[in-house]
Amino acid sequence: MTEPLLRVRDLKTYFVTERGGGTARAVDGVSFDVHPGETLGIVGESGCGKTVTSLSILRLIPEPPGHILSGSLIEFEGRNLLTLRPPELRAIRGNEVAMIFQEPMTSLNPVFTVGDQIAEAAIVHQRLPRKRARARAIEMLRLVGIPDPEERVDHYPHQLSGGMSQRVMIAMALVCHPKLLIADEPTTALDVTIQAQILELLDRLQAELGMAVLLITHDLGIVAGTSDRVVVMYAGQVVETAATPELFAHPLHPYTEGLMAAVPRIDTRVSQVRGRLHTIPGQVPAASAWPAGCRFHPRCPYAWDRCTVEEPPLLDAGRGEPGSHAVRCWLLTEPRRRTRQA
Amino acid sequence: MNVRAWLALLGAIAVALAAVGEARRLAARGSRGRRFFRHATASGGLFVLAFFTTVAVAAPLVAPYPPSSMPEIVALRDAPPSLAHPLGTDLYSRDVWSRLVYGARVSLGIGALAMLVALTVGAAAGAVAGYARRWVDPVLMRLVDVGLSIPRIFVLLMAVALWERLPVSALVLVIGLTGWFGTSRLVRAEVLSLREREFVAAARALGARPARIILRHVLPNVAAPLIVSAALGIGSVMLLEASLSFLGIGVPSPVPSWGNMIADGKDQLATAPWTSLFPGLAIAVVVMALTAVGDALRDALDPGRETA
Repeated sequence: MTEPLLRVRDLKTYFVTERGGGTARAVDGVSFDVHPGETLGIVGESGCGKTVTSLSILRLIPEPPGHILSGSLIEFEGRNLLTLRPPELRAIRGNEVAMIFQEPMTSLNPVFTVGDQIAEAAIVHQRLPRKRARARAIEMLRLVGIPDPEERVDHYPHQLSGGMSQRVMIAMALVCHPKLLIADEPTTALDVTIQAQILELLDRLQAELGMAVLLITHDLGIVAGTSDRVVVMYAGQVVETAATPELFAHPLHPYTEGLMAAVPRIDTRVSQVRGRLHTIPGQVPAASAWPAGCRFHPRCPYAWDRCTVEEPPLLDAGRGEPGSHAVRCWLLTEPRRRTRQA
Repeated sequence: MNVRAWLALLGAIAVALAAVGEARRLAARGSRGRRFFRHATASGGLFVLAFFTTVAVAAPLVAPYPPSSMPEIVALRDAPPSLAHPLGTDLYSRDVWSRLVYGARVSLGIGALAMLVALTVGAAAGAVAGYARRWVDPVLMRLVDVGLSIPRIFVLLMAVALWERLPVSALVLVIGLTGWFGTSRLVRAEVLSLREREFVAAARALGARPARIILRHVLPNVAAPLIVSAALGIGSVMLLEASLSFLGIGVPSPVPSWGNMIADGKDQLATAPWTSLFPGLAIAVVVMALTAVGDALRDALDPGRETA
């Protein structure tokens, strides 16, 4: 396999809460790779540390209260982003690694035109003169499929719809042709038909520009359609990672199983599910008080005494290439317990 | 008062009317402009400001006499308004209208410049405090608390004591440097909420430097409340200058300012009320105009009401 573009090893991002709440271990030992040109999906419920992971990569975590622990490694093309000085870091942000955010409407500055904002990264990083930056902005608007780019370039954010704003955000992020795009829930704020358009757009741009995408989402449906590999996160940790088809065919972690069962399917009859969608009981615990042992055991239908005391490591599932499918679950050592479905 | 002065006065009114008309024409194009002129008093306020600005700029044309000339110190002393002296004369036989015209230069000029100083310092301090936080914020804000707790007039009296005859430029600086505290609080509060907005995070993710983020992404979003507070603030600065000059520690006589004109007339209030009345009216009218324009600006610039 090729050298990974981004290597994250044992990333730990903690937040110190002020009034005796202790330390919130939002991201607690996460490792994954992103290879050039691929799409890696990170899935999990709210509060699992997905967003903190993505913000940590560009060191956008507000410090204090947050800090990234010193044993962590975030390596982009061989450079450890965690030890770079601010100017070197700024040279990477927006230029080689770009990011798009969840809320397109609030991620645009209300007092500048769309064109100004798209051109910004090009002006910051490539010192393009105004005229050429504007031409570039128009070109980018055309690339992301906005009609009448010559006119739209002078519009203000409030004149755009949500889907249009997200296209503008994408144009902003891609103006310097980054090698890695981090998309943090890029479609959550949009309605379903627009979601599909935005995902198609990301897909097409990825193919055209040959960049890698780190797609953060809570929606397994989105991951299924777009990602090459998937990392499932729970309680600040990676609980399962596999190639997308493998993960959907053989989900091994009870949390992954639960997530999949919770996706409404258009081909299930209402009578079959008895009018109810499956849910995972309980909710993600607070990041300052992860449960002992396996962090999922209070919500796990298979949990037994070992799970409450001993934390499982990431175990190789032994399917396909070694390391291609890994699961953080003791069930792997005692597969027969899985049959005792609750 | 000669023909030239009358014509110049008519000219100034015409210029002010034309300025208001042009502003209305331009404003009709955008929603902000329409909201501005929806205020009944906005046009009037704008007219008053345009008129006095024109008069101040063209003072040598508009004023029929030099502001400090004393033609007939005995015969023309405290003369009531007449055709030759439309607003009368003061106790040194100086023409009140001419002094009012030149006084507009001083009073409006000091108001605008001192406000500019206050605005610059206040915006810079507020933006830095709000964006940097850590130790910078508490240090700057305690400084502001101290500044707000010291009576301004005290500081100004101290400055007078140090300088003896305070040059006008020093007066502007002192008024400006004692007037930025409120502005910096306003800006800091806005910046504190703006820095958490996603477009600031987006700008950081783009690799923009802190200075660029403050200047391009944060401050322009503070512009609206800043402009409004400036419009309202000029009025209070003018009042401060007037009270200082009235006390005799502001603009030194014989240079006319509206404040020291009131002071010059205070002993003849019963016999020659016009000497104090007209500069007093001028101050009141301009401050009211600034308030009207400030209110209209507040409504017009409030981005929350922006609709396509």
